[in-house]
Amino acid sequence: MKVFMLGWEFPPFISGGLGTACHGLTRGLDAHGVEVLFVLPRPVEPTHATHVRLITPAALAGQPEDEDEGEELEAGGLFRHVRFHTLPVTLRPYARPEDARAGGRERVTHRGVAAGRQPGSMPQGEGISYSAGPAGPDHYSGDLFARVEHYAMLARRLARRETFDLVHAHDWMTFPAGMAVAAQSGCPLVVHVHSTEFDRSGLHVNQRIYDIERAGMHAATRVICVSHLTRNIVLKHYGVDPRKVDVVYNAIDDDGTAPGPLLPPITRDEKIVLFLGRITMQKGPEYFLAAAKRVLEVMDNVRFVMAGSGDMIRRCIELAAEMGIGHKVLFPGFLRGDDVRRVFELADVYVMPSVSEPFGITPLEALSHDVPVIISKQSGVAEVLTHALKVDFWDVDEMANKIVAVLRHPPLHATLRDHGSFEVRRLSWTDAAANCIKVYQAALARPE
Amino acid sequence: MASVCFYFQVHQPFRLRRFSIFDRGTDYFDERGNRALVERIAERCYLPANAVLMELLRRHEGRFRVAFSLTGVILEQFERYAPRVLESFQRLAQTGGVEFLAETYYHSLAFLYSREEFFEQIRLHRARIERLFGQTPTVFRNTELIYNNELARAVAGLGYRVVLCEGADHILGYRSPTYLYTPPRLPDVKLLLKNYRMSDDIAFRFSDRAWSEYPLTADKFAEWIHRINGHGHVVNLFLDYETFGEHQWAETGIFEFLRYLPRAVLRYPEDDFKTPSECARAYEASGEYDVPHMISWADVERDLSAWLGNAMQANALHELYRLEPAIKQAGDEKLLDDWRKLQTSDHFYYMCTKHFADGTVHKYFNPYDTPYDAFINFMNVLDNLRGRLGRAAPQPEDSAARATPAA
Repeated sequence: MKVFMLGWEFPPFISGGLGTACHGLTRGLDAHGVEVLFVLPRPVEPTHATHVRLITPAALAGQPEDEDEGEELEAGGLFRHVRFHTLPVTLRPYARPEDARAGGRERVTHRGVAAGRQPGSMPQGEGISYSAGPAGPDHYSGDLFARVEHYAMLARRLARRETFDLVHAHDWMTFPAGMAVAAQSGCPLVVHVHSTEFDRSGLHVNQRIYDIERAGMHAATRVICVSHLTRNIVLKHYGVDPRKVDVVYNAIDDDGTAPGPLLPPITRDEKIVLFLGRITMQKGPEYFLAAAKRVLEVMDNVRFVMAGSGDMIRRCIELAAEMGIGHKVLFPGFLRGDDVRRVFELADVYVMPSVSEPFGITPLEALSHDVPVIISKQSGVAEVLTHALKVDFWDVDEMANKIVAVLRHPPLHATLRDHGSFEVRRLSWTDAAANCIKVYQAALARPE
Repeated sequence: MASVCFYFQVHQPFRLRRFSIFDRGTDYFDERGNRALVERIAERCYLPANAVLMELLRRHEGRFRVAFSLTGVILEQFERYAPRVLESFQRLAQTGGVEFLAETYYHSLAFLYSREEFFEQIRLHRARIERLFGQTPTVFRNTELIYNNELARAVAGLGYRVVLCEGADHILGYRSPTYLYTPPRLPDVKLLLKNYRMSDDIAFRFSDRAWSEYPLTADKFAEWIHRINGHGHVVNLFLDYETFGEHQWAETGIFEFLRYLPRAVLRYPEDDFKTPSECARAYEASGEYDVPHMISWADVERDLSAWLGNAMQANALHELYRLEPAIKQAGDEKLLDDWRKLQTSDHFYYMCTKHFADGTVHKYFNPYDTPYDAFINFMNVLDNLRGRLGRAAPQPEDSAARATPAA
């Protein structure tokens, strides 16, 4: 089986969300011997920063695009059946100062677009003072939708020279390309929904993005959702035939990202509660702060670390100050590589208070670093984890109640940690890929 | 002679209400939820099952016998929420065909943590049984049939000469639970062992259509009982009373099975029904049942892991019993009773992580979604209770100080 796979992000040496999922899934498919041609926008360059050889998108925004055919990339020793091909087009849905730095932890979002802002129109001053590094200039310009179409055109041109059995497209920016390639080749299309416009934008749904998502899902032979939560949105808001929509849960790399030797226990009085992810409305950072305030009413020796960046970071800093807990909340900016590992090693509990989270891989990473997790019930990952504490994102008292319990009762911490890290080891990308292959088989068995 | 020895366990804990770390006040128990549950089980199980037993006791005029172990905490709930149920048990008691067993009032694990508390709870329970049913229990069964040699010795010291426990395969070996046994070096004490196969035929498999013996009729079961003639004396059917109508719904035919079983058994002239104390009087012990380590009737493991299998359970129990001296010193009856109600084993059962991921066992009447929620809630209550202790402790000193000048 050979798959023509369309993505728009592949991890830098650490990443969240879509890039991580694409990487893991591709590794899993590779292990099953599925041939994959992974098509990406923008030049990507391999990095040797870790033991795992990964491909990182160059962040050289503004590089002129010419009409070349893109290039084949060296996949390195990591993959046996996977080739990478990049197309000379940038697909950064919107640019913010902190996004300009390469290899950021977070996943780029579309909220700026969704909220009606033009790419690049973000005030330059926003988010600079607290950034971990200098903000890069935003050279990016041009219409995102035009680029999405351009990517589709280049992908179709590439597809003419390739042979494959099936097209697999990840999230809306690659759906037009997926539809074009599928129509041209006559191969079945599988679209993979990692998030929807409803997750990203709440009530401010961008109609053009919604239309593209809907068209892709309807054109697809099969639709893969990352959770039942997402599947329900796809059925309810996009009117997709439930018979063709499957759930394939995300997983976590089973190849040696396991935690290194445990550090000798740090003797410190302070407990650390960790938030790690984009600081945007979708992730519920203000609920985290409200819970923090409640926790501090009954415990003093706690610090709250909000690692990440996003359009709500300034608001959160102000909010913490207004609540009078500013001295208890740290904003280290977004973390990469060893910094992520280090913050997990320091953390006593990880909290994911997302308002809407199609899946949420970070709790899996936390568990694999032996950190117990408290997760929003409004998350896809809540469907796969049993050894996690679950709360409604809006129930800040209960969130605080659970944070206090984990911090105060070492046996609770230990039981969650032990069972959780065992549970997370069973969520392998190899198994996820096997489920994905079943979807492929279903798609191939029902030619259009 | 093959004697059927029925013993039904009747117990429901005082479940805790949701108690957050931010909660104040000392009402720990879910008054409304507990009432609703007891009323529901009364309608589905206790009342109809008692009615069937009453009918059987009358019809068979002394030839049908049963035993009950009613915990103190369920009796309190009957008095408060379902007095009709209590009255129906009292009417059963008046027939003379019903034996009431001794256990810890709070259905607790006190034996494992405090001998003093264990004995006090047995005394409290005995007093309540005497008051309500005019009968002094002579047979002991510990919470969830938790048992070892030491327990037999402890309760023998209180005068109990018959003890019920699990007929665990790993201790019985080739031997059969149809005989009576005696603990090592306690020749005066007789042990009745639960026949878990035949008990589970009723409790778990009765409505299982995949079971090769389905449907289980009273005639078939009576024949199995009859077959033990020559291979033993007793068939000890130890069941949760909720088997009738709750675990096995009325629609399965479980009440008809119960209604017809005595007739089917008594059709064999060699077979009869006996209460545990009657069994002990009628039959000699056939050997020694040596249990150095704790056993119970729970799960496949038949050990303590349902209540003490993880660090949370051990921590919660340890923290709870650590308060004993201070609680007893405080001299506050309400505080003592709250502390004791927290000892009920169910609270720790809800914290069990064994099989949690499978989502199968430990589900019955469990108010929590996860064992973690159970632990957090319990520890918050315990935290509050500890706080009361802090406030209660200085009081006697204060009053003494005020008393001096007045005198």
